[in-house]
Amino acid sequence: MATIETRAERMILNMGPHHPSMHGVLRLIVTLDGENVVDCEPVLGYLHRSMEKIAENRTVVQYLPYVTRWDYLATMFTEAITVNAPEKLADVPVPKRASYIRMIMLELSRVASHLLWLGTFVADIGAQTPFFYVFREREMIYDLFEAATGMRMMHNYFRVGGVAADLPYGWVDKCEDFCQYFLPKVDEYERLITNNPIFRRRVEGIGTITRDEAIAWGLSGPMLRGSGVQWDLRRVDRYECYDELDWEVQWETAGDCLARYFVRVREMRESTKMVLQCLRQMPGGPYENLEAQRIAGGPKSEWNGAEYQFISKKPSPTFKVPKGEHYVRVEAPKGELGVYLIGEDSVFPWRWKIRPPGFINLQVLPQLVRGMKIADIMAILGSVDIIMGEVDR
Amino acid sequence: MATEIGLAQGIDLQRSTVALLTELGVPLVVAQVLWMLLPMVAIVLVATVGALVCTWLERKISAAAQQRIGPEYAGPFGLVIPIADVAKLLVKGNLVPASADPLLFSLAPAIVFISVFLCYLVVPFGQNLLISNLGTGIFFIIAVSSIAPIGLLMAGYASNNKYSLLGGLRAAAQSISYEIPLALAALAVAMMSNGLDTVQIVHQQEGLGLLTWNVWRQPVGFVIFLIAALAECERMPFDLPEAEEELVAGYQTEYAGANFMLFYGGSYANLFLAGLLVSVMYLGGWSLPVPIEAIGQALRIAPTEPLWQVVAALLGITMMLLKTFAFIFFAILLRWTVPRVRIDQLLDLGWKFLLPIGLANLLVTAALKLAFPGAFGG
Repeated sequence: MATIETRAERMILNMGPHHPSMHGVLRLIVTLDGENVVDCEPVLGYLHRSMEKIAENRTVVQYLPYVTRWDYLATMFTEAITVNAPEKLADVPVPKRASYIRMIMLELSRVASHLLWLGTFVADIGAQTPFFYVFREREMIYDLFEAATGMRMMHNYFRVGGVAADLPYGWVDKCEDFCQYFLPKVDEYERLITNNPIFRRRVEGIGTITRDEAIAWGLSGPMLRGSGVQWDLRRVDRYECYDELDWEVQWETAGDCLARYFVRVREMRESTKMVLQCLRQMPGGPYENLEAQRIAGGPKSEWNGAEYQFISKKPSPTFKVPKGEHYVRVEAPKGELGVYLIGEDSVFPWRWKIRPPGFINLQVLPQLVRGMKIADIMAILGSVDIIMGEVDR
Repeated sequence: MATEIGLAQGIDLQRSTVALLTELGVPLVVAQVLWMLLPMVAIVLVATVGALVCTWLERKISAAAQQRIGPEYAGPFGLVIPIADVAKLLVKGNLVPASADPLLFSLAPAIVFISVFLCYLVVPFGQNLLISNLGTGIFFIIAVSSIAPIGLLMAGYASNNKYSLLGGLRAAAQSISYEIPLALAALAVAMMSNGLDTVQIVHQQEGLGLLTWNVWRQPVGFVIFLIAALAECERMPFDLPEAEEELVAGYQTEYAGANFMLFYGGSYANLFLAGLLVSVMYLGGWSLPVPIEAIGQALRIAPTEPLWQVVAALLGITMMLLKTFAFIFFAILLRWTVPRVRIDQLLDLGWKFLLPIGLANLLVTAALKLAFPGAFGG
């Protein structure tokens, strides 16, 4: 039974936590057979900061500055879920104007997140230049955030029952200008990237997830929609005022990296259109800053009414999380961002379990890269779109 | 025909320098030895300055492509940046990892660097403006430049680093697969000019200026040569051996200081060399778009006029550099425009696409040469 062993010895390569394309501090232990990936094991936890434990002795307002450090590229969503969870548990109504402001901020944040994803994804495949183009547009979104919230990344803008401050005078015009400027820019990216034959060959048919697999792995966001599932929490859960807008769920059926690219690029367009609609439909009149109007109008001003009361006026330092438990989720750019909240009628939550989309989506990585080449790891990892801040929390 | 003979004599720096030195009372042998030093220094200078200008261009062009300004304050337009680079890398510590093989580790960059610089020996900037007019010029370049992968493999293996090893292996695989299409494309050109001599290749293109450049007679070969040259230089769509996103820096990962500079400078010197080769083989070398003899005749200047010969030589060098930097501009712009191919796609392109097309091109060239000896160098 003597057989000749011709198999070469396998190489175990430790990629990360310090590696140019590991998106922060992800560590992959990759088993290689030449250039082929035999196995891959992600090692997490290098950015673990006890975000869930910290939440257990912070009030909601105290905790808000922490949450933007989960997914630091889609910061508005982490704030949204942090206020949504207690809001829903305590049944706090959100005034319509505040809800519209939230939607605008969320969609702008989604665009910013997808823009940065586009830059890093294409850079992972080797094209460095689009990174600078997406930063040009992302910069403008951050300028808008800065004008409205005072901070570019760590906004601390959402509050239980509303938002921290009304939009400043002229902001709506600036935002509309940006949207009009941005839509042609998305076409520009598409012209630059989509039909590039090298790009196509690097992403087409790479990292394919079937519809059933995607559901079984619990994937969400563009990962799920790229595999042919029309699942968007904005449609499914009907939170905020998304029902009042005219928009489509973007989805693809191929399930490969290219499909996920298409979904995200189209979502950028869709989100921009949603922002434009929000700006036009915003109640309370889009152009004025209500706070100034309210003070000018005196106590009898209509802006003192219940419909506008939570905009910038009533933060909630002693807001009590009522007894009870529930799960709240929003559609973040990376997928379903959820919080499982257990309250015990105290200012602190008893348990604050975060369901980060990146963490769940990352689980499928070893299966996707098995049998591929080394270079495909970067393409697939890029298309999963992880942020280690929220994966490790 | 008289003009051709006149130009063929052209400026002979060797003869005139040796004559000048012997007139000054230097013995003939010493004068010839002194002469030998001159072109050596000149070629090292040309290659080094070419590489430095390439690094500066890389910064400036990438900046323009990415809507940045690029180096600005270090000298006019940041021109001092390459010198600052060299100074920094020379001053930096020359680290050798503890578990690396010190001999091979230090030897590898030198091998790569020397093999690139040796190729400049046969690159002509003008009729007599080259170090040695070997009869086997193109063959020499192909032979010598294929020493470089040994250095790269050595670097990858000696570093005792897995990224380096993978980078070195990729470099070797890539060089071997693209050397062959490159050689085939060069062979077709050599066939048309009846020799491997670089000067002869340029002469054969000079006839009607722009119209007789090889790029029109060898369009397929030109494209093959461009692709293969980019792959040989490890430039962007084919820069897998040092793919930053995959292998950190490939075989260069463990290198620092002067050793790294040898790799870095060597790669840009290689790019510059590729540009020079493209202009020699396909873009008519130092010849102007309008034949220089025609200009001379139009201006009623005798081709033997010394001043005219100097002007013609300067024009030739300018043309050569213009064509070279056109290629380099193309290569740099390409680097900042396209993504990187995967290793299997790279090898597929080399073996399954470029190689058969290169062979077919060679065959067609041979057939055309037999059929139309006038147009295809009988």
